[in-house]
Amino acid sequence: MLKITNLHKTFNPGTVNEKKALDGLDLHIKDGDFVTVIGGNGAGKSTLLNAICGVWKPDCGRIEIDGVDVTNMPDYKRAAYLGRVFQDPMKGTAPDMEIAENLAIAARRGTKRRLVKGVRKAEREEYRQLLATLELGLEDRIGAKVGLLSGGQRQAVTLLMASLKRPKLLLLDEHTAALDPKTAAKVLEITDRIVEENKLTTLMITHNMKDAIAHGNRLIMMSDGKIVVDVEGEEKKKLTVEDLLHLFVKASGDEFVDDRAVLG
Amino acid sequence: MYFMNALPGAVAEGLIWGLMAIGVYISYKILDIADLTVDGSICTGACVCAVLLGLGVNVWICILAALISGAIAGTVTGLLHTALGIPSILAGILTQLMLYSVNLLILGGRSLVAVDHRANHVLVHMSDNPSAIVTMGILVTAVIIVLWQFFYTELGLTIKSTGDNPDMSRAQGVNVKFNKVLGLAIANGIVALAGAMLAQYKGSANINDGRGAIVIALAAIFIGLSVSLKIKPNFVCSLIGVIGGGIVYYIVYNFVILLGLKTDYLKMLSAIIVTLFLAVPYLKAEYFTKQKPVPVAQAKRGG
Repeated sequence: MLKITNLHKTFNPGTVNEKKALDGLDLHIKDGDFVTVIGGNGAGKSTLLNAICGVWKPDCGRIEIDGVDVTNMPDYKRAAYLGRVFQDPMKGTAPDMEIAENLAIAARRGTKRRLVKGVRKAEREEYRQLLATLELGLEDRIGAKVGLLSGGQRQAVTLLMASLKRPKLLLLDEHTAALDPKTAAKVLEITDRIVEENKLTTLMITHNMKDAIAHGNRLIMMSDGKIVVDVEGEEKKKLTVEDLLHLFVKASGDEFVDDRAVLG
Repeated sequence: MYFMNALPGAVAEGLIWGLMAIGVYISYKILDIADLTVDGSICTGACVCAVLLGLGVNVWICILAALISGAIAGTVTGLLHTALGIPSILAGILTQLMLYSVNLLILGGRSLVAVDHRANHVLVHMSDNPSAIVTMGILVTAVIIVLWQFFYTELGLTIKSTGDNPDMSRAQGVNVKFNKVLGLAIANGIVALAGAMLAQYKGSANINDGRGAIVIALAAIFIGLSVSLKIKPNFVCSLIGVIGGGIVYYIVYNFVILLGLKTDYLKMLSAIIVTLFLAVPYLKAEYFTKQKPVPVAQAKRGG
């Protein structure tokens, strides 16, 4: 489904702030995989995600989604293949627009926007039912401005938006990091359910080792812009946080630097 | 008594500037771009209309030509911003400067072209304010209905989301750059349309017509929204509010003239009104908000 070959990206090249964010990264994700990504500060996790989304062009390398080379495709075009939830709950939804309008815009991802009614009546009913599955009471507030919702509610709506038009790849960028623990658990639960129901191929970045172990069928660990640990299936199920820390030290020859990851 | 005599004129002119303010509302409020093109494009609309009327062209074609000329100006600003990466405020200033030369060219090097409302068929003129009010009322209503319909289409919604949250829009496959150009074209088209009506109403197009226009439009927007947002915060109400703001602005304008303020100082007055509307919410938040005790539920949260 996703095939990344020899991806390189250096920020601020030739200056004192030069930072090799991706260093010849290779990654192949099979259809239906749920991959969790973990790594220390500045390991390149978000950079990897931004590269897939097309926030900027990589220095070299190739990104394929379902056999289509998207390396040089503008971000809004490749969005047709991607569902995305940001770390910042404010980023994924338009605050001054209704919940229904936000969902309607997402339902038309990858299609040409025409001069016909933006939210049809039948759609509203459909969205009402979808919102009810979140169990956040949003089904009665379909006409409310998204800006009135809490961060957790907005992330849940963003998740719906990302999966409404079934994406080939769902990208979650630490999407529970800005939420309080209880809300984060709820959003993760919704995530699992949506991924399961729609059988979505998923890439989830997290700073929480327990979450990385508990979710998905494959776990990769990044360090210095490369993948250093890659476990899946039965082996992943048996993992503990101690195992992970040990694996990391062995693979990178370095301490794992991210307080949040260990404490979280 | 004098004031009552001046009232119809104030309403008619207020409607024209309210229409112009709707154009600015689209760029400033919907696209979140402070587009300074409008100072030039309102004048372009006036010049195109006045010159074509002088050539004996049908008034509706003159108005359409003005609207298109404004849309082209908006497109230029949009492309400077999106295709060439120039910050939007600077892109607007550059186009505005270009338009000064373009407008002089349209006027044939003259600084003023008169429109003879007796020789030409014009839709509005200051000699007949009641009919001007009716005509402008119909035109403004038509524009509001068209915009209302448009901004609730699939395309219209993505223009709104482009201004509201560009990150979300890109993630949902919206071509943000195209939408900005389209939005600026629509905004400046409406502004130039108002310019065409202004040239007919005043009976002339002047090269200095648009100076400070954006400030008048912003004043109309702030006055209008301060009321309409409290009544019903939706799109149509906001547009009606903006028109109302334009009318209120011109009534106040006429009132202060009657009080004896020299017309030389009116631009200062416009600027002060806008400054107050921009500054008051900030000052309120910064200096006049009492700290409330932290609710217990929130204090517990964290991590």
